[in-house]
Amino acid sequence: MQREVTASKALCPASEAELAEAIASAEGPLRILGGGTRAYGRPVEGRPLTTAALTGITLYEPGALTLVVRAGTPLADVEAALAEHGQRLPFEPMDMRGLLGTEGAPTIGGVAAANVSGPRRVQVGACRDYMLGVRLIDGRGEIIKSGGRVMKNVTGYDLVKLMAGSHGTLGVLTEISFKVLPEPEARAVLLVEGLDDATAQRAMTAALNSPFEVSGAAHAPRGVDGAPVTMIRIEGFAGSVRYRTERLKEILSRFGEVAVETDPERTAAGWRWVRDVEAFHDRPGDVWRLSLKPSEAPEVAARAEPEGALYDWGGGRLWLLMPEGTDLRARLGPFSGHATLIRASEPTRRAIASFPPQPAPVAALEAGIRRQFDPRGILNPGLMG
Amino acid sequence: MEMPRPDPRRLEAKARIVARLREVVSREDAVIDEEHETRAYECDALTAYRCPPMAVVLPSSTEEVSAVLKICHEEGVPVVPRGSGTSLAGGALPVADGIILGVSRLNRVLEIDTDNRFIRVESGRTNLSVTGAVEEEGFFYAPDPSSQLACAIAGNIAMNSGGAHCLKYGVTTNNLMGVKMVLMDGTIVELGGPYLDAGGLDLLGLVCGSEGQLGVVTEAVLRILPKPEGARPILMGFDSNEVAGACVSDIIRAGILPVAIEFMDRPCIEATEAFAHAGYPDCEALLIVEVEGSDAEIDEQLNLIKQIARRHNPVALREAKDADEAARIWAGRKAAFGAMGQINDYMCLDGTIPVSELPFVLRRIGEMSKEFGLEVGNVFHAGDGNMHPLILYDANKPGDLERAEAFGAEILKLCVEVGGCLTGEHGVGVEKRDLMGVQFSRADLEAQMRLKDVFDPAWLLNPGKVFPLDVTEARRAA
Repeated sequence: MQREVTASKALCPASEAELAEAIASAEGPLRILGGGTRAYGRPVEGRPLTTAALTGITLYEPGALTLVVRAGTPLADVEAALAEHGQRLPFEPMDMRGLLGTEGAPTIGGVAAANVSGPRRVQVGACRDYMLGVRLIDGRGEIIKSGGRVMKNVTGYDLVKLMAGSHGTLGVLTEISFKVLPEPEARAVLLVEGLDDATAQRAMTAALNSPFEVSGAAHAPRGVDGAPVTMIRIEGFAGSVRYRTERLKEILSRFGEVAVETDPERTAAGWRWVRDVEAFHDRPGDVWRLSLKPSEAPEVAARAEPEGALYDWGGGRLWLLMPEGTDLRARLGPFSGHATLIRASEPTRRAIASFPPQPAPVAALEAGIRRQFDPRGILNPGLMG
Repeated sequence: MEMPRPDPRRLEAKARIVARLREVVSREDAVIDEEHETRAYECDALTAYRCPPMAVVLPSSTEEVSAVLKICHEEGVPVVPRGSGTSLAGGALPVADGIILGVSRLNRVLEIDTDNRFIRVESGRTNLSVTGAVEEEGFFYAPDPSSQLACAIAGNIAMNSGGAHCLKYGVTTNNLMGVKMVLMDGTIVELGGPYLDAGGLDLLGLVCGSEGQLGVVTEAVLRILPKPEGARPILMGFDSNEVAGACVSDIIRAGILPVAIEFMDRPCIEATEAFAHAGYPDCEALLIVEVEGSDAEIDEQLNLIKQIARRHNPVALREAKDADEAARIWAGRKAAFGAMGQINDYMCLDGTIPVSELPFVLRRIGEMSKEFGLEVGNVFHAGDGNMHPLILYDANKPGDLERAEAFGAEILKLCVEVGGCLTGEHGVGVEKRDLMGVQFSRADLEAQMRLKDVFDPAWLLNPGKVFPLDVTEARRAA
């Protein structure tokens, strides 16, 4: 039976069939929500529809590294279930609550719909690379599946990738299969202090271009204690981590003095700080996230004249703190990559496109796909521009 | 194998169409229309099906591809894109009233950027020569289909190809950063680039694996990786498929991420031994596991693997101490297809199953082999459940091919039943087209076809593939 939350008139279907029915019979725009913690993009007017009641792990085979889970399942539940078997979501999804000032429980469906990946993306790939299959309801109210729960699958078009990062604008995810990986036995972080951005970017490149399997490469021009810090993470079996630490130390010592941190608590906290962009949590201003050619990052950051910056993915991801209302794209001009507005007031998010505008032929393809999947334009209309 | 019926009006217009095509390509030999020459393109590596195309066009630039497609769009001529023609699924099988658009002359390296870990190439370049271009600088391109010496990046992208090493490094879609692509109406688009992740919808992820039905890819930006310090395999023999399967599962759970876990069953081991004399043990199931790193790291991982294997009472355990021993361990596996080919003609399938279903599926395949009266050997990527049953048949014996096809279809249905899929890395093409209804509902297929409607509204690109003909009939006729 369909529950209606009277206060917000939110639709909260308790099954896939109910969700399909809710969309098929919708009379106007719907605002699709998981936990509602990733509130970015152009503000959407519409009746809230949440997947919060579609919960539960439907299949978990640790020996096959496979997890199938309903979309509304809290991320914390998923992570706890995996941790019991010493496994994890390899792509290290960010918790956006601190940065966006949102509350509630992030859901696994929200992670998939926003293709959320953290620092380890530079080594292992993005959320979308670990999504093996999806079930979804499109804007017509039809139940559609794509992919499956096996690691290799090229049967038919890959709607799984298309759904990852589509922010509920093409369909509402009801169930997702993931490939998961074991937690490593050991972790070490190499730290170099005091590097300017350009040198730090070169240091990260040197580490990432080594065969030593770096699983995180970040640089904060202003670290926790105010000084610049560059961080390189390695994970794996204890002996291997010790060996690679020594080899990377040799490589990084060309750039500055290298400290090594192996304490599990401290290293976890340090990478959470990077993952969740904690440096910007208590500072006012808009937050932009750039994906770009790593070597261009220092120059792009300088052009932006930001109030704060954080380099992740060896420079391939750049977080910038900008004065409120800044049109960053206009300020930067062309560069090899794209910029997304992640945190800003509603008026700013109405005035400036949150998602990067596409060239005309690509925009036409996107519009065509939206018309096919959501002919009435009722799924998070306008959210992605 | 049924294909869409050729349109006689198009065949009649051949002279005009060929003349128009000649006008937009720079090289005189870029349009081939003599029948004795188009025959060279009548099939791909799925040689059971053949059909010479109306003409073959081999453009030399993205602009020429665009001009050719524009003409075909105007004339309503079907276009079958072709990389190197190594598809095992008939992905590049021509249609009689359409052209083959080959990208083999688009084979330049356009940019190597090791600082940003990517290479930009034209799509006709072969897979192995991409690694060749960055090898001296200590990098490699990870996806390694077994046809990598010949197969083109264009085909890899069309089929989202895998390979033996994808357990650790992923398949094409996980290593593809961007493409330049020409739509059926001649529009040139760029998706992605030398940076990670899409800004808008992940169209790149959609295009990869779309079997040349959404556009013709002419350039690709590929992720390159630093080469590992070294790699070494270990060989293990077990007295049942179940035990070998359990060992695979335990290795994965232990947190070891081998680059490859290969599995061979008894029929395959025996054929290989007779042919390649690799010195494989006399056993029911054999695993080859390869790990990477420095010597000490390799030892650490191999020791762990040995500990796990011993819990499963292996009948053989052979670790490679040097490159020579490594080569000998791999010799049999690499010769496996050839060895089976010595015995008879064979058909190779690539359904994928959940790893946990391995023993059951192998037992069922054994039973079905008796029912159909055809021998089958299994050699496959066990780490990710990607099977490769090789069904032996005699092409000269009437009815044998049909029986092999029926047997193959039953195996693929079994893969879907246990939670797997029809194809893990070869693609659907024409080979598995008519089985799509086993895995997908009509609504699932409709959603996929609606995407093709957006990219290619007239359904001219690689027609008659991927979707069952009766399902696409209305669209093709429109």
